[in-house]
Amino acid sequence: MVSQKPLPSRKFPALSLAFAENSIQVGAIALDREHAIELAGNLLVASGRTTPEYTDEMLGALAEHGPYMVIAPGIALVHGRPSEAVLETGLSLVVLGEPIEFQHATNDPVRLVIGLCAFDHSSHIEIMQELAQALSDDELVNSLLNADNSEDIRQLFEI
Amino acid sequence: MKIMAVCGMGIGTSVLLKMNAEKVLRQLGLEATVEATDVNTARETRDAQIILTTPDLVASLTGLPAEIISIDHFFDLEEITTKLTKSLL
Repeated sequence: MVSQKPLPSRKFPALSLAFAENSIQVGAIALDREHAIELAGNLLVASGRTTPEYTDEMLGALAEHGPYMVIAPGIALVHGRPSEAVLETGLSLVVLGEPIEFQHATNDPVRLVIGLCAFDHSSHIEIMQELAQALSDDELVNSLLNADNSEDIRQLFEI
Repeated sequence: MKIMAVCGMGIGTSVLLKMNAEKVLRQLGLEATVEATDVNTARETRDAQIILTTPDLVASLTGLPAEIISIDHFFDLEEITTKLTKSLL
């Protein structure tokens, strides 16, 4: 009998829009956790999604609340809040060449730093759904970690 | 029943937590509203029974009438299931 269950989709339409040109960096070297966040912020600026003030907000979140953004082993999701510093909802991704300690109790060290900027409280929900789906997939996460360049990563998301 | 998923800003981490908590609640067959919010709003909220958050934010949320559950690994549905089951069933 043919299974009625649809094949799991590897397409990430919202993610492919969220990662603009110049939003992905592979093999970056960060000096510390602040620098790692800055790299993710710089990519959001370089890809036209935020102004540099947004990077300061991302760093402010770490200073104020600690490394809560390390949401799973090796993965940090760094972001500020919707503000005038956000030009368009988007994502950036830094694959660190060397892992960085965020001083998180269970999920250190970090190798994937994902920058998120949201224009408002609802425009990024589909992106978050696809991000959750992508990052729950160990195989995909491994491929992200082993990518040679940003083009490899774009292909993983079938951009 | 109201559950709050709390992070520093209320748009990133907490949204992921909300999505996975809703998935777990559906699997468990439990009805609950899950709201993603930031830590400052959560501190003013009195009508949530459970707060889901990350270990680093627990200290900022203690003293509220809700039970606080801290989640280490956001994509580990088993961890979320075990911890939610323990407090709900």
